[in-house]
Order: sequence, then structure tokens, then C-alpha cells
Amino acid sequence: MEIVKPLAQYLAALALAPLLPGVINRVKAFFAGRRGQPVLQLYYDLYKLSRKTPVYSRTATWVFRAGPAASLAALLAALLVLPFAGRSAPFSFDGDFVLLIYLLGLARFATVLAALDTGSAFEGMGASREMQFAVFAEPAFFLGLTALARAGGHASLAGMFGALTPGIWRVAAPVLALLTASFFIVLLAENSRVPADDPNTHLELTMIHEVMVLDHSGPDLACILYGAALKLWLFASLIACVVLPRRTGSWATDSALFLLAVLGTAAAVGVVESVMARLRLLKVPYMLITAFAFSALALIFQMSR
Amino acid sequence: MHTLAELVIVFVILLDLALAVTGSLSTCIRLVAAQGVVAGLLPLLAGGHFQPRAALFAGAIVTLKGAVFPWLLLRARDKSGAGRDVEPLITYPASVLLCLGAFIASSWLGSRLPLPATGVAWIVPASLATIFAGFLLITTRTKAITQVLGYLVIENGIYIFGLALFVEQPLMVELAILLDVFVAVFVMGIAIFHISREFDHIDTAELSELSDWRRGEYGR
Amino acid sequence: MTRALILLPLAAGALAFLVRDDAARRRLLLWTAALHFLLTALTVWGWAEGGAGFEFFPPGGQAWFAYDPLGLLFLGITSLLFLGASHYAVSYLAGEKRDPGEDAEEGFIFNNAPEAVFTGCLLLFLAAMTAVTASRHMGLLWAMIEATTLLSAPLIYFHRHKRSLEATWKYLLICSVGIALALMGSLFLGAAGLKAGAGLDISGLLAGAAGLDKPLLKAAFLFLFVGYGTKMGLAPFHTWLPDAHSEAPAVVSALLSGALLNCAFLGILRALAVCSAAGLADFAGGVLTLFGLFSVVTAALFMLGQRDYKRMLAYSSIEHMGILSLGAGLGGGAMFGALLGAVSHSLAKAGLFFTSGAVLAAERTKRIADVRGLRRRAPLTAALWLAGFFLITGLPPSGVFLSKFVVLREAVRGGRWWLAGGFLFFLALLFAGMAKVFIQMTFGEREPREGEKPFAEPSGLLLPAAAFFALVLLLGAWLPAWLDSLLRAAAAGGAL
Repeated sequence: MEIVKPLAQYLAALALAPLLPGVINRVKAFFAGRRGQPVLQLYYDLYKLSRKTPVYSRTATWVFRAGPAASLAALLAALLVLPFAGRSAPFSFDGDFVLLIYLLGLARFATVLAALDTGSAFEGMGASREMQFAVFAEPAFFLGLTALARAGGHASLAGMFGALTPGIWRVAAPVLALLTASFFIVLLAENSRVPADDPNTHLELTMIHEVMVLDHSGPDLACILYGAALKLWLFASLIACVVLPRRTGSWATDSALFLLAVLGTAAAVGVVESVMARLRLLKVPYMLITAFAFSALALIFQMSR
Repeated sequence: MHTLAELVIVFVILLDLALAVTGSLSTCIRLVAAQGVVAGLLPLLAGGHFQPRAALFAGAIVTLKGAVFPWLLLRARDKSGAGRDVEPLITYPASVLLCLGAFIASSWLGSRLPLPATGVAWIVPASLATIFAGFLLITTRTKAITQVLGYLVIENGIYIFGLALFVEQPLMVELAILLDVFVAVFVMGIAIFHISREFDHIDTAELSELSDWRRGEYGR
Repeated sequence: MTRALILLPLAAGALAFLVRDDAARRRLLLWTAALHFLLTALTVWGWAEGGAGFEFFPPGGQAWFAYDPLGLLFLGITSLLFLGASHYAVSYLAGEKRDPGEDAEEGFIFNNAPEAVFTGCLLLFLAAMTAVTASRHMGLLWAMIEATTLLSAPLIYFHRHKRSLEATWKYLLICSVGIALALMGSLFLGAAGLKAGAGLDISGLLAGAAGLDKPLLKAAFLFLFVGYGTKMGLAPFHTWLPDAHSEAPAVVSALLSGALLNCAFLGILRALAVCSAAGLADFAGGVLTLFGLFSVVTAALFMLGQRDYKRMLAYSSIEHMGILSLGAGLGGGAMFGALLGAVSHSLAKAGLFFTSGAVLAAERTKRIADVRGLRRRAPLTAALWLAGFFLITGLPPSGVFLSKFVVLREAVRGGRWWLAGGFLFFLALLFAGMAKVFIQMTFGEREPREGEKPFAEPSGLLLPAAAFFALVLLLGAWLPAWLDSLLRAAAAGGAL
């Protein structure tokens, strides 16, 4: 039984992740006064793509072919240490948040390498931008997790999120509020959402993430889309854990509340995308520096309590 | 109750950071006003029980810093044709990093100073960081209006610092200090107006005729 | 009496804004100054009659505004100076051409500020300075010193042109920000006395000094020193001072140099007194000595090659502020020297600034290089100019000499040979630098310029200067018994 529950949680995460982009799209459609795509659209897309034959450029090497799979594998591994509803993940050990960050970095590395391998100017440009923003986003995320580790007194993700209780909000509300804001900004940037990037843009020059995956097709593209959904899930569930610390002892209630919070986070992303315009590329680092400042402040607050 | 005060303190610091990154002059004026109002309300939030004297004084501060100063400064901006931008001498990220560094330094300093225990966490570092943010505005922004804003931010910081130390000044002294600040902003506002008329703009970098390094040349 | 001293210039200042007639307003200025001086003289006389038992005026001492010997001394300087300045101002305003005027330096046309604003601010400035000397509460003292800044800013901007505006802006901003630090210092002082329940009342602080928290008191002193030191013009916080003094009208420069800087010095002395009572005399004295000497050095270095004679006078003020700080820092007999220096420097420097106004009227330039042979064009002015030089550099017999000598003697007596040697060396440097300027300006051959009319020396401008110089000379030769006891009492109450 002790193995089944974490496994069930893990599988639930894998299964539910593609729901989030659907939720975001529905919220955006609602704001625009449209009906919008079905919530399950991404599932159809993934199914459709996985049955197609991929097309490879003659100049691309094995790096290009391995990229999407490597990236997806890294993300799948990252999800293994991610707590679910504040409870322990399948794997949990001290310092696993560092592993999480590095796995995310590895996924990005694989995608960027595949993009560079095409030799296309556009994809190179996208790769360069992706890395530039990552330089700002990663320290913010890292500092934020460190602050959280200090707040809970645990060095493992499961530990630090498990230690979060409604009581902590009463004592350290500023720290948690700052962390939520910081994680949310990092989420927007890491998942190529407005205002950092626009997933729906049609002009290659303005794309960041989308331009990197232009040459992928078939199952490779499915891998990338699914990986993106997993990444979104990962950040959304971290935020959900912070905002809605575990309340009851019941497994089912907690999980339901947690899922609601994750979906709520996705809806919030949709709202942000609807009401905000995309930032100028030069301004995106400013946004990420703000996130960094939030995380740093949270850490300092936590240290000097 | 104290959590509320702590949230306010965090808000004050976030306003410092916002001041460091904001490029719009009118937003800056409003941010400083917001900071003044929040600082003015702080004693009511932390105090617990209601005191008419504190409420009266907080009312005076909120009116002055929240309404009169922004009105005066926005008017000075429009009349002097100051333009919309802040025009910093260093980049915005550098400003933020300096602010953060100042906050780290001041929390170290705050833990070293043998101050009376305050109950409200971070109030001393926040006040010191606010004072630093004021100096940052004065030294790294070129316009005369931003220097006045810097002065006001320093004043806010000192006010919060006074709250942190529990130094009870008699009401008359508090009011005299507030009156001084008001007159200072008023006089500086008039000076800004004159500067814009004499120099055609309010960039203080132009105010460099008087110096011992170009002694007595007066642009000849 | 204290209340009347503050309220009189306050009411007169408010009235000056309303009076339409220039002549009536000038009479108002004169009469207020005279009455203020009379009240001051009565207060001092009351103290002298009361003798050693006199502590506060009114007795009791728990008032917002009251006088102790130290405050009384600075009140006396301020009031006397203002009396002279008001005489000067009346002739100056009468002689000043109605707008628009022509700039002496660059020849552009500018307007003057309305005379009502000038006179009104002058009187309010006096009220604020009087309140500074009387304040018995550190917070109130701060508020009043800041008020002097704000009220004197319009005075500096009397000639409405670029350079004076630049000077005004620097003065406003640097002093306001600097003084904000002094407010921090006051708060630290309050925190230091929190446990002892000392409050911020000066009497309370002195009484409960033993119970003050030492590290906080040190922080308080540093902040107060930097804050009021900015206002006092101590290097390296002096940058506003030469600009403001050179661009303001001569009468305002005289008041700034002679009265305002002293008011800031009073703020530092109050903090010093608290520190000494709490047993931190060495720490506070060390800070004062260090920055005092640094100011003398800075003034000496900037004096060499100075091209503007009003700026030169401003640097001389920085030098003297350095000497005051040095004297207060050395303590003991040097404190007496510092206070005597405050009196004689105020009078001598005010007289020099008055004379510089006459020089400017005669030569229409502030550049030292353009003034030659002043004795041919304006013999009386030239004589006073040279006399002022001898007095301010401290050639005996002069009050300035006495004060410098006392400070030096204290340094030697304390065995601080390096300090004494450095002090003497830089004083010599200052003397040499100033001597060159004054002699160049006074003597030398002068070529008459085209279309120049003979210069009628304005007695209204020179009379106050002559009177002040005579007083400084007198101080060096003979110190009246009541002034001696006032200085001693002030030195004892001031510190150490």
C-alpha cells in the first residue's frame, strides 16, 4: 500500500498534465468571448501526432532525433521527486530540489541542442533566447526553493512542502506570498507563456520556445508537447502546494483540493494571458529579475526572522 | 495583528524595489505616495488599541504624503515639462541588485545593532533599505523631481525607523517635522519650476557651472 | 522673554509680506532687528545679574524654549549679526537697481526676487535661528535647523539667474538630505535613552546620561555629527557651501557664514554635551578633532589658486568651522577657544562679506584676477578689505588670534605634537594663500575701464563692516568680564 499511493499519484500527474493547456485555452477563449477548443484537445493532438511518421532534415544528426526523447525523459524523472498534495513523492531524499532543478536544466539543454543541430538561423535564435531567459529564471527558482527549505527546515522537496501548514501562512505570510509571486513569474517564463513569450504567435522572429521546435514532427513533436505539459504541471503543483498547504488528514480530500489548486493556477495563467500584452523582449529579463528579487527577499526574510 | 504589520513592511520593501525599476516619472511619484501612506498607517496596524492622537497624526501624514505631495509633484512635472521618463544613470537591473544588496546589508546591520526588540520582524532592515533606496534615487537619477522623490523616500525610511525604535516624540515635534517636510517639498517644487524656466529642462547634470575644478570660468 | 524673542521676528516676517511700501518695509526690518537685539541684550543682562545660580531662562527649564549659557551665547552672536546685516540690507536694497539687473559676471539680464519676499524670509530666518538657539528638545532643535535651511533658500535665490539657482538647489538638497541623517541621529538618541526614560529633552538627557545605552549613543552622535556637520560646512560634507556663499547677495552670505553655521555647530555641541555626560567624551572628541583638522586641510588646499574672492571667503569659513570643531573636540580650555572663535569669526567674516559686497559694487566682478588696485578706486573699501584680512587670518590682536592660540595651546598641552604641527602648517598655508589674494586685489596698478564713472563708496555698506571689525579687535585686546563668564559658563555647559 505504501508503494501504491505514490505510484498512483505519479500516474495521475502523468495523466492529468495535458489537461492544463486545455484549461488555459478555455479561460482565454472565455475572455475573448469564444467557445474555444475542447479541454481535452491536447490529448487528441498527442494521439494524432504519435501515429505520424517523423520527417528529418538531411543535415540533422542523431542529436536532433534524441533531443525530444531526452527532454521528455528528464522531465519524467523530475516528476518522480515532485511531491503531490504535500505528500511524499516516489523518491525523496535531502537536496532533491537541486536534482529537480538540474533535471529541468537537462531537459532544456536537450531541446536547445536539438534546435542548434538543425543549423537553422531561426532555431539558433530561439535557442539563444531560451538560454538567456533561463539564466535569469533559474537563480530565482533556486533561491525560492532554498527559502522554502529554510522555512520548513527540510532539505527535501517532500519535506519542505509537507512542513507547510496553514499555521505557517499565519506566521510567515510575507515569505510565502513572495515565493508564490516568484514561482508564478518563473512559471510564466519557463513555460513560454505571455508576457515572456506567446505560444500562439505566428511570426518566427518573435517566437522563443515555438521557434526551437519548428522542425520537429510526428512523435517527436508529441514528446515535446507532452514534455511542455509536464513542465507546466510541475510548476503549477509547486505553487498549489505553497498556496494551499495540506489541511485535512484525508488522502482523497487533500488530493481533490490539490487538483483544484493546480487547475486554479492554470486558470490564473489564462487570466494573465488574457489581460496582459506580451513584454518587449528586452523587458523580459526585468520581469525575471523581479522574480529573483522576490525570491531573494523571501530568503532574507526567512534568514533574519 | 503583527502579521498585518509585517505584510505592510514587505510592501514597503517591494515599493523600494518597484521604485528602482520604474521608468515612468508619474508612476514613481505615485509609488512614493503609496509608500508614505502605508508608512503612515503602520503605527495604527501595529499599535493594537486605538489612540486618537495616533489616528490624528496618521490622518495628517496620509493627507500630506498621499494627496498633497503627489499633486504638487505631478503639477511640477507638468509645468516644468519634465517629460515622462526617469532617465537613470545606471540600468534598472543594476538598481534592483543594489537595492537587494542594501537590504542584505541592512538586515545584517539590523541584527547587529543593539536595538530594543520590536515584535514586528524586518522593520529595522526595511527602514534602512528604504533610506538607501532614497539615496539611490538621488544619486543615480538625473532629474530634479527624482531627487525630491529620493528625499521623500529617505524621509519615509526615517519615519519607519522611528517607529521601529519606539521613540515617542511629542506631538508638537512630530508636527513640526512634518511641517518641515511639507515646506521642503513645496520649496523644492518651486525651485524645480524655476530650474525648468532657466535651463529649459530639469536635468540636474546641467547644474554644474559652479565648481572648483572649472573655477570661475562660467562657461567662458 | 524667550517667547517674545521668537515671536517678534516671526510676526514681523509675516507682516513684511503684506507691507506694500518699500521704505516702510525697510524701516520694519531695521526696527525689528534693533528690538530683537535689545531683547537679547536684556536677556544676557538678566543672566549676568543672575550670576552663577542662573540656569534657565525662565527658571524651571522644562519648557520647549529656554536659554542656557550656550544658547544665550549663540543668540547673542545671531542677534548682533542680524542688527548689522539689517543696516547693510537697507542700504543694499536701496542701492540695488530695480529689476531687471545686469549680471556682473556674464552680462545677462536677470530679475531680483520681490523685495517683500526677501525681507520676509530674512525676518523669518531670524525667527528660526532664534528658535534654534532656544530649543530644549533634540527633535525640536532638528525641526528648527531644517526650518533655517528652508527659509534661507529663497534668500540665496535673490538674484534670479542660473548660477544662483544652481547654488540654491545644491544647498536645499544637500542640506535637507544631510539634516535628514541628523533626524536619524535624534531617533538613535531617543532609543539610547529608552531604558533610562530620558526622552529627547536636553535636560532629561543630561540628567539621565549615565543610563544611556552606549553603542546606540555612539551611533546617535555619528549621525548627528554628519547631519549637522553637513549644515555646518565641515569637509567632506561642505560641497554646498562655496556655491551658496558665492552666489548669494553679500548680506545673505554674511548671515549664512556668521549665524547659520553657528546654529548647526550648536546642534553638534548639544550632542557632544550628552556624549560627554555619558562618558563618551573621548569618542566624540576624536570624531570632532578628525573632521575639524580635515576641514582645515581641505580649506587650505582649495584656497590656493582660488579665482573667486567670495568663494575664497567661503573656504575661509570652512577653515574656521574646522577650527571650532577641532577646539570642541580637544576639549578643556580649547572649548573656550572654540566658542570665542565662534564669536569673533562670525563678526569678522560678516564684516568681510559686507566689504566684499562693496568690492563687487565697485569692480562689478567676483574674479580675483580682474580686481587690481582697489585702493585707487575705493580707498575706504580697500582699507576695510585689508583690515578684514588681518583680523580673519588671526594676526594679533584679534579675537580670532586669541581663539586659534587657545586651541593650539590645548593641543600642545595634551602632547599632540603632530596635531599641533599640522594645524599650524595648514594655518600658515591658508595665511599665505589669502595674503596673495588680498594684496593683489588691494595694491597693484589699475587701468581704468572704458566709460567707468568714479565710485562713490556707500557708507551704509561699509559702516556695519567697520563696526564689526572694531568689535573683533576689541575682543582680542579686552574681554569684558560678563562675556568672559558667559563664555566660560557656555564652555562648561557645552561639554567636557
